[in-house]
Amino acid sequence: MAADHAIERQSLPPDPQKATLEGRNKYLGFWFFLGGETVLFGTLFGTFLGLRSSTEGGPTAQDLFHLDLVFIMTMILLTSSLTSVFAVINMKRGNHKKLILWMAGTVILGAAFLGFEIYEFVVYYNYGLGFTVSAFASSFYTLVGTHGAHVAFGVGWITTLLIRYRKGGITLSNAPKFYTAVLYWHFIDVVWVFIFTVVYLLGVGG
Amino acid sequence: MSHVDPSAPLEGGPSKEEERKLKRESRSQLVSFMFMIFITTTAFLTVASDIVPTGFAIPFVLLLAGIQVVMQLYNFMHMNEGSRWINVMIWAGLFVAAMTVAALAVLIGIDKY
Repeated sequence: MAADHAIERQSLPPDPQKATLEGRNKYLGFWFFLGGETVLFGTLFGTFLGLRSSTEGGPTAQDLFHLDLVFIMTMILLTSSLTSVFAVINMKRGNHKKLILWMAGTVILGAAFLGFEIYEFVVYYNYGLGFTVSAFASSFYTLVGTHGAHVAFGVGWITTLLIRYRKGGITLSNAPKFYTAVLYWHFIDVVWVFIFTVVYLLGVGG
Repeated sequence: MSHVDPSAPLEGGPSKEEERKLKRESRSQLVSFMFMIFITTTAFLTVASDIVPTGFAIPFVLLLAGIQVVMQLYNFMHMNEGSRWINVMIWAGLFVAAMTVAALAVLIGIDKY
Protein backbone atom coordinates (compact mmCIF):
# COMPACT_ATOMS: atom_id res chain seq x y z
CA MET A 1 0.00 0.00 0.00
CA ALA A 2 2.76 2.37 0.88
CA ALA A 3 4.19 1.92 -2.59
CA ASP A 4 0.95 3.31 -4.06
CA HIS A 5 1.64 6.68 -2.54
CA ALA A 6 5.29 6.87 -3.42
CA ILE A 7 6.20 9.41 -6.04
CA GLU A 8 7.54 7.62 -9.07
CA ARG A 9 9.84 9.40 -11.41
CA GLN A 10 7.95 9.96 -14.62
CA SER A 11 9.88 10.77 -17.77
CA LEU A 12 8.61 13.26 -20.33
CA PRO A 13 6.18 11.71 -22.86
CA PRO A 14 5.95 13.18 -26.42
CA ASP A 15 2.60 14.94 -25.77
CA PRO A 16 2.38 15.48 -22.00
CA GLN A 17 -1.03 17.19 -22.35
CA LYS A 18 -2.57 14.03 -23.81
CA ALA A 19 -0.63 11.41 -21.82
CA THR A 20 -3.40 10.76 -19.27
CA LEU A 21 -7.07 9.94 -19.74
CA GLU A 22 -7.98 13.09 -17.84
CA GLY A 23 -5.81 15.14 -20.17
CA ARG A 24 -7.42 13.62 -23.26
CA ASN A 25 -10.90 14.22 -21.85
CA LYS A 26 -10.08 17.85 -21.08
CA TYR A 27 -8.74 18.27 -24.60
CA LEU A 28 -11.82 16.77 -26.27
CA GLY A 29 -14.30 18.48 -23.94
CA PHE A 30 -12.67 21.81 -24.55
CA TRP A 31 -13.17 21.51 -28.30
CA PHE A 32 -16.86 20.76 -27.69
CA PHE A 33 -17.03 23.97 -25.66
CA LEU A 34 -15.35 25.87 -28.51
CA GLY A 35 -17.98 24.50 -30.94
CA GLY A 36 -20.65 26.06 -28.70
CA GLU A 37 -18.73 29.33 -28.42
CA THR A 38 -18.68 29.50 -32.23
CA VAL A 39 -22.49 29.49 -32.23
CA LEU A 40 -22.63 32.14 -29.47
CA PHE A 41 -20.48 34.50 -31.52
CA GLY A 42 -22.48 33.57 -34.65
CA THR A 43 -25.63 35.01 -33.08
CA LEU A 44 -23.83 38.21 -32.09
CA PHE A 45 -22.31 38.62 -35.57
CA GLY A 46 -25.72 38.03 -37.20
CA THR A 47 -27.34 40.65 -34.98
CA PHE A 48 -24.59 43.16 -35.68
CA LEU A 49 -24.80 42.60 -39.45
CA GLY A 50 -28.56 43.11 -39.37
CA LEU A 51 -28.36 46.29 -37.31
CA ARG A 52 -25.12 47.90 -38.39
CA SER A 53 -26.73 50.61 -40.52
CA SER A 54 -29.43 51.50 -37.93
CA THR A 55 -27.54 54.44 -36.47
CA GLU A 56 -30.64 56.57 -35.72
CA GLY A 57 -28.79 59.84 -36.32
CA GLY A 58 -25.96 58.83 -33.96
CA PRO A 59 -22.32 58.29 -34.96
CA THR A 60 -21.74 55.81 -37.78
CA ALA A 61 -18.94 53.30 -38.35
CA GLN A 62 -17.32 55.69 -40.86
CA ASP A 63 -17.36 58.51 -38.26
CA LEU A 64 -15.72 56.42 -35.57
CA PHE A 65 -13.42 53.67 -36.77
CA HIS A 66 -9.70 54.32 -37.17
CA LEU A 67 -8.07 51.47 -39.01
CA ASP A 68 -4.59 52.25 -37.64
CA LEU A 69 -5.69 51.52 -34.05
CA VAL A 70 -7.46 48.32 -35.13
CA PHE A 71 -4.37 47.27 -37.10
CA ILE A 72 -2.16 47.65 -34.03
CA MET A 73 -4.65 45.66 -31.91
CA THR A 74 -4.75 42.92 -34.56
CA MET A 75 -0.95 42.66 -34.67
CA ILE A 76 -0.80 42.45 -30.86
CA LEU A 77 -3.34 39.63 -30.75
CA LEU A 78 -1.74 37.70 -33.63
CA THR A 79 1.65 37.95 -31.93
CA SER A 80 0.16 36.71 -28.66
CA SER A 81 -1.09 33.65 -30.56
CA LEU A 82 2.50 32.97 -31.68
CA THR A 83 3.93 33.37 -28.17
CA SER A 84 1.41 30.83 -26.87
CA VAL A 85 2.44 28.43 -29.67
CA PHE A 86 6.06 28.74 -28.49
CA ALA A 87 4.90 28.12 -24.92
CA VAL A 88 3.35 24.80 -25.98
CA ILE A 89 6.45 23.79 -27.97
CA ASN A 90 8.59 24.42 -24.89
CA MET A 91 6.11 22.48 -22.76
CA LYS A 92 6.62 19.49 -25.10
CA ARG A 93 10.38 19.98 -24.61
CA GLY A 94 9.91 19.79 -20.85
CA ASN A 95 11.29 23.31 -20.47
CA HIS A 96 9.23 24.71 -17.60
CA LYS A 97 11.03 28.04 -17.41
CA LYS A 98 10.46 28.88 -21.08
CA LEU A 99 6.85 27.70 -20.88
CA ILE A 100 6.22 30.19 -18.08
CA LEU A 101 8.09 32.98 -19.91
CA TRP A 102 6.22 32.58 -23.21
CA MET A 103 2.88 32.31 -21.37
CA ALA A 104 3.73 35.47 -19.43
CA GLY A 105 4.46 37.17 -22.76
CA THR A 106 1.02 36.08 -23.98
CA VAL A 107 -0.61 37.58 -20.88
CA ILE A 108 1.22 40.89 -21.33
CA LEU A 109 0.17 41.14 -25.00
CA GLY A 110 -3.40 40.20 -24.05
CA ALA A 111 -3.48 42.91 -21.39
CA ALA A 112 -2.10 45.44 -23.90
CA PHE A 113 -4.87 44.49 -26.34
CA LEU A 114 -7.45 44.92 -23.59
CA GLY A 115 -6.01 48.35 -22.75
CA PHE A 116 -6.41 49.46 -26.37
CA GLU A 117 -9.98 48.15 -26.46
CA ILE A 118 -10.93 50.05 -23.30
CA TYR A 119 -9.30 53.19 -24.74
CA GLU A 120 -11.27 52.67 -27.97
CA PHE A 121 -14.59 52.35 -26.13
CA VAL A 122 -13.87 55.47 -24.05
CA VAL A 123 -13.10 57.45 -27.23
CA TYR A 124 -16.32 56.25 -28.91
CA TYR A 125 -18.34 57.04 -25.81
CA ASN A 126 -16.95 60.56 -25.69
CA TYR A 127 -17.84 60.88 -29.37
CA GLY A 128 -21.48 60.22 -28.49
CA LEU A 129 -21.75 56.47 -29.02
CA GLY A 130 -23.47 55.39 -25.78
CA PHE A 131 -24.73 51.82 -25.48
CA THR A 132 -28.38 52.87 -25.99
CA VAL A 133 -27.82 55.57 -28.62
CA SER A 134 -28.71 53.32 -31.56
CA ALA A 135 -29.18 49.69 -32.56
CA PHE A 136 -25.75 49.89 -34.19
CA ALA A 137 -24.22 51.02 -30.89
CA SER A 138 -25.84 48.25 -28.82
CA SER A 139 -24.97 45.48 -31.27
CA PHE A 140 -21.41 46.80 -31.68
CA TYR A 141 -20.70 47.04 -27.95
CA THR A 142 -22.30 43.64 -27.31
CA LEU A 143 -20.27 41.86 -29.99
CA VAL A 144 -16.89 43.54 -29.44
CA GLY A 145 -17.47 43.74 -25.68
CA THR A 146 -18.18 40.00 -25.47
CA HIS A 147 -14.91 39.37 -27.27
CA GLY A 148 -13.16 41.77 -24.88
CA ALA A 149 -14.70 39.92 -21.92
CA HIS A 150 -13.25 36.70 -23.34
CA VAL A 151 -9.82 38.32 -23.57
CA ALA A 152 -10.13 39.53 -19.98
CA PHE A 153 -11.15 36.05 -18.85
CA GLY A 154 -8.22 34.50 -20.76
CA VAL A 155 -5.76 36.94 -19.17
CA GLY A 156 -7.13 36.06 -15.73
CA TRP A 157 -7.10 32.33 -16.46
CA ILE A 158 -3.49 32.22 -17.68
CA THR A 159 -2.36 34.53 -14.87
CA THR A 160 -3.78 32.17 -12.23
CA LEU A 161 -2.09 29.22 -13.99
CA LEU A 162 1.20 31.11 -13.95
CA ILE A 163 0.90 31.89 -10.24
CA ARG A 164 -0.19 28.37 -9.34
CA TYR A 165 2.47 26.59 -11.40
CA ARG A 166 5.33 29.10 -11.26
CA LYS A 167 7.40 26.44 -9.50
CA GLY A 168 7.56 22.67 -9.61
CA GLY A 169 7.95 21.98 -13.30
CA ILE A 170 5.68 20.47 -15.91
CA THR A 171 3.52 17.60 -14.70
CA LEU A 172 0.96 15.28 -16.26
CA SER A 173 -1.76 17.21 -14.42
CA ASN A 174 -0.77 20.78 -15.31
CA ALA A 175 0.21 20.19 -18.95
CA PRO A 176 -3.46 19.77 -20.10
CA LYS A 177 -4.37 22.93 -18.17
CA PHE A 178 -1.81 25.02 -20.02
CA TYR A 179 -2.77 23.38 -23.30
CA THR A 180 -6.51 24.13 -23.00
CA ALA A 181 -5.73 27.72 -21.98
CA VAL A 182 -3.67 28.07 -25.16
CA LEU A 183 -6.50 26.58 -27.27
CA TYR A 184 -8.84 29.15 -25.71
CA TRP A 185 -6.39 31.91 -26.55
CA HIS A 186 -6.20 30.85 -30.21
CA PHE A 187 -9.99 30.79 -30.32
CA ILE A 188 -10.09 34.40 -29.11
CA ASP A 189 -7.77 35.23 -31.99
CA VAL A 190 -10.03 33.39 -34.48
CA VAL A 191 -13.02 35.45 -33.32
CA TRP A 192 -11.00 38.66 -33.59
CA VAL A 193 -10.12 37.84 -37.22
CA PHE A 194 -13.86 37.92 -37.98
CA ILE A 195 -14.39 41.04 -35.88
CA PHE A 196 -11.71 43.11 -37.61
CA THR A 197 -12.98 41.90 -40.99
CA VAL A 198 -16.76 42.12 -40.50
CA VAL A 199 -17.01 45.02 -38.05
CA TYR A 200 -14.08 47.29 -38.86
CA LEU A 201 -13.00 46.61 -42.45
CA LEU A 202 -16.56 46.25 -43.78
CA GLY A 203 -17.66 49.15 -41.54
CA VAL A 204 -15.12 51.47 -43.11
CA GLY A 205 -15.05 50.08 -46.65
CA GLY A 206 -18.44 48.40 -47.10
CA MET B 1 0.45 -1.50 -12.90
CA SER B 2 2.55 0.92 -10.96
CA HIS B 3 1.07 4.05 -9.55
CA VAL B 4 2.07 7.27 -11.28
CA ASP B 5 1.69 10.56 -9.50
CA PRO B 6 0.35 13.06 -12.07
CA SER B 7 1.57 15.98 -9.98
CA ALA B 8 5.20 14.83 -9.99
CA PRO B 9 7.41 16.96 -12.26
CA LEU B 10 8.28 15.21 -15.51
CA GLU B 11 11.94 14.42 -15.89
CA GLY B 12 14.30 14.42 -18.81
CA GLY B 13 13.89 15.98 -22.21
CA PRO B 14 12.44 14.95 -25.56
CA SER B 15 14.06 12.21 -27.63
CA LYS B 16 16.32 13.23 -30.51
CA GLU B 17 13.59 12.45 -32.99
CA GLU B 18 11.03 14.39 -30.94
CA GLU B 19 13.38 17.38 -30.69
CA ARG B 20 13.80 17.38 -34.49
CA LYS B 21 10.03 17.32 -34.85
CA LEU B 22 9.64 20.23 -32.41
CA LYS B 23 12.31 22.27 -34.25
CA ARG B 24 10.50 21.67 -37.53
CA GLU B 25 7.21 22.65 -35.91
CA SER B 26 8.75 25.85 -34.51
CA ARG B 27 9.93 26.86 -37.95
CA SER B 28 6.65 26.06 -39.69
CA GLN B 29 4.69 28.00 -37.04
CA LEU B 30 6.92 31.02 -37.55
CA VAL B 31 6.38 30.83 -41.31
CA SER B 32 2.59 30.55 -40.94
CA PHE B 33 2.64 33.47 -38.49
CA MET B 34 4.43 35.63 -41.06
CA PHE B 35 1.94 34.53 -43.70
CA MET B 36 -0.92 35.54 -41.38
CA ILE B 37 0.68 38.95 -40.82
CA PHE B 38 0.98 39.29 -44.59
CA ILE B 39 -2.68 38.47 -45.34
CA THR B 40 -3.88 40.67 -42.46
CA THR B 41 -1.86 43.60 -43.80
CA THR B 42 -3.24 42.90 -47.29
CA ALA B 43 -6.80 42.97 -45.94
CA PHE B 44 -6.23 46.32 -44.20
CA LEU B 45 -4.52 47.83 -47.25
CA THR B 46 -7.35 46.63 -49.52
CA VAL B 47 -9.87 48.59 -47.48
CA ALA B 48 -7.65 51.57 -46.63
CA SER B 49 -6.60 52.31 -50.22
CA ASP B 50 -9.13 53.88 -52.56
CA ILE B 51 -7.82 52.01 -55.60
CA VAL B 52 -9.69 48.77 -54.93
CA PRO B 53 -13.45 48.96 -55.75
CA THR B 54 -15.78 48.15 -52.84
CA GLY B 55 -17.55 45.38 -54.76
CA PHE B 56 -14.27 43.49 -54.93
CA ALA B 57 -12.89 44.47 -51.52
CA ILE B 58 -15.75 42.94 -49.47
CA PRO B 59 -15.59 39.34 -50.80
CA PHE B 60 -11.77 39.59 -50.91
CA VAL B 61 -11.29 40.49 -47.21
CA LEU B 62 -13.88 37.85 -46.25
CA LEU B 63 -11.89 35.27 -48.21
CA LEU B 64 -8.67 36.36 -46.46
CA ALA B 65 -10.41 36.02 -43.08
CA GLY B 66 -11.54 32.51 -44.03
CA ILE B 67 -7.98 31.48 -44.99
CA GLN B 68 -6.63 32.91 -41.73
CA VAL B 69 -9.19 31.08 -39.59
CA VAL B 70 -8.46 27.73 -41.23
CA MET B 71 -4.72 28.35 -40.68
CA GLN B 72 -5.32 29.15 -37.01
CA LEU B 73 -7.46 26.05 -36.50
CA TYR B 74 -5.25 23.56 -38.32
CA ASN B 75 -1.80 25.06 -37.79
CA PHE B 76 -1.77 26.77 -34.41
CA MET B 77 -4.49 24.66 -32.78
CA HIS B 78 -3.49 21.34 -34.43
CA MET B 79 -7.08 20.44 -35.15
CA ASN B 80 -6.01 17.70 -37.58
CA GLU B 81 -4.11 15.84 -34.84
CA GLY B 82 -7.06 15.29 -32.55
CA SER B 83 -10.08 13.01 -32.58
CA ARG B 84 -12.50 13.28 -35.48
CA TRP B 85 -15.11 14.52 -33.00
CA ILE B 86 -13.15 17.75 -32.74
CA ASN B 87 -13.70 18.31 -36.45
CA VAL B 88 -17.36 17.33 -36.15
CA MET B 89 -17.97 19.78 -33.28
CA ILE B 90 -16.12 22.75 -34.77
CA TRP B 91 -17.51 22.39 -38.29
CA ALA B 92 -21.02 21.81 -36.92
CA GLY B 93 -20.52 24.94 -34.79
CA LEU B 94 -19.32 26.92 -37.83
CA PHE B 95 -22.25 25.63 -39.90
CA VAL B 96 -24.85 26.62 -37.28
CA ALA B 97 -23.07 29.97 -36.79
CA ALA B 98 -23.13 30.65 -40.55
CA MET B 99 -26.86 29.80 -40.73
CA THR B 100 -27.52 32.06 -37.74
CA VAL B 101 -25.55 34.93 -39.24
CA ALA B 102 -27.38 34.60 -42.56
CA ALA B 103 -30.80 34.25 -40.92
CA LEU B 104 -30.38 37.15 -38.50
CA ALA B 105 -28.74 39.49 -41.00
CA VAL B 106 -31.43 38.85 -43.61
CA LEU B 107 -34.41 38.82 -41.21
CA ILE B 108 -33.52 42.01 -39.38
CA GLY B 109 -32.46 43.58 -42.68
CA ILE B 110 -35.81 42.84 -44.37
CA ASP B 111 -37.74 44.06 -41.34
CA LYS B 112 -35.86 47.32 -41.47
CA TYR B 113 -35.89 48.26 -45.14
